[in-house]
Amino acid sequence: MLKIKVLIGFILLLSSFLLSAAIDVYQFDDPEKEGRFQKLAFELRCPKCQNQNIADSNAEIAKDLRTKIQQMLIADKSDMEIVDYMVERYGDFVLYEPRVKPQTYLLWYGPALFLVLGLIIIILIIRSRNKTYQQINENESSLSDSESEALHALLKTNQEKK
Amino acid sequence: MSRLLLFIPLLLFFVLAAFLWKGLSIDPRELPSALLDKPFPEFSLSPLREPEQIVTTKDFIGQPVLVNVWATWCPSCRQEHEQLLAISQSGEIPIIGLNYKDERELALNWLQQLGNPYQFNIYDVDGMLGLDLGVYGAPETYLLDAQGIIRYRHVGVLTAQAWQDLKVIIKGWDSVKN
Repeated sequence: MLKIKVLIGFILLLSSFLLSAAIDVYQFDDPEKEGRFQKLAFELRCPKCQNQNIADSNAEIAKDLRTKIQQMLIADKSDMEIVDYMVERYGDFVLYEPRVKPQTYLLWYGPALFLVLGLIIIILIIRSRNKTYQQINENESSLSDSESEALHALLKTNQEKK
Repeated sequence: MSRLLLFIPLLLFFVLAAFLWKGLSIDPRELPSALLDKPFPEFSLSPLREPEQIVTTKDFIGQPVLVNVWATWCPSCRQEHEQLLAISQSGEIPIIGLNYKDERELALNWLQQLGNPYQFNIYDVDGMLGLDLGVYGAPETYLLDAQGIIRYRHVGVLTAQAWQDLKVIIKGWDSVKN
């Protein structure tokens, strides 16, 4: 058991080295900027290898983009300016978190919309069921006096037969 | 009425199937250019042949041109080279090369060996013009109109079919002029 734990620990350790390997060469004198660099490199998508962010990717273009981010951070650009720079060149594609704008309203608000729609449908179904139950109840109690007498009589004779 | 409602799931299935079917024929690597219908980015770089000179956008604006991004390290560029030579021989549109993150020596050798379809080449050694263009790999080909506005971007090997598509756009401009 202990052996397995040590092995798992070792594998995790190895993978953590691998993850940081691509990004470590970028030096900053300010740790705050380094944090922003990491964040940006994780948020931006590599245009060449499409399912990796530019922090993970070893493609040439990802390296270029990392260098560009580093340069822009050193030149005291804001995160917003850097992201805008990337979007201007590579389009919304580079954003892992799409911006809120008319084309993406459905994407952002769609889930909430479907939730509300679902709730409305459930409420409608429950209501229509209640209505049918009510109707059944009303029908039962809407027997006239003579009718209920006849019903009781019928039930009585039925029981006596048994 | 309620019987018709039972068909809703089937209908939804068809809508979903239609989207997925369309998805099969879309190439996810072909990104729309963010620069489409925008001017070619400003730059100031040296030409491939003359390291001491400077080329800018002024050197090709005024007529429609193709800008072809290429490099000697790119195997697909070799593949499309024949097509580029054919286009340049047809004289239908001048081709400007953008030599992307390459070595001058190697690039000049390549042109000597395989033939030179380019009017001239922009030597973009650190890939910064490529970055401004939104290039994410070579080869890529851009069609610019006479005002230097990017009108079309082709990603990957410029095949005969892709050239036909470009020709249709160029012919469209000619007919507007006449």
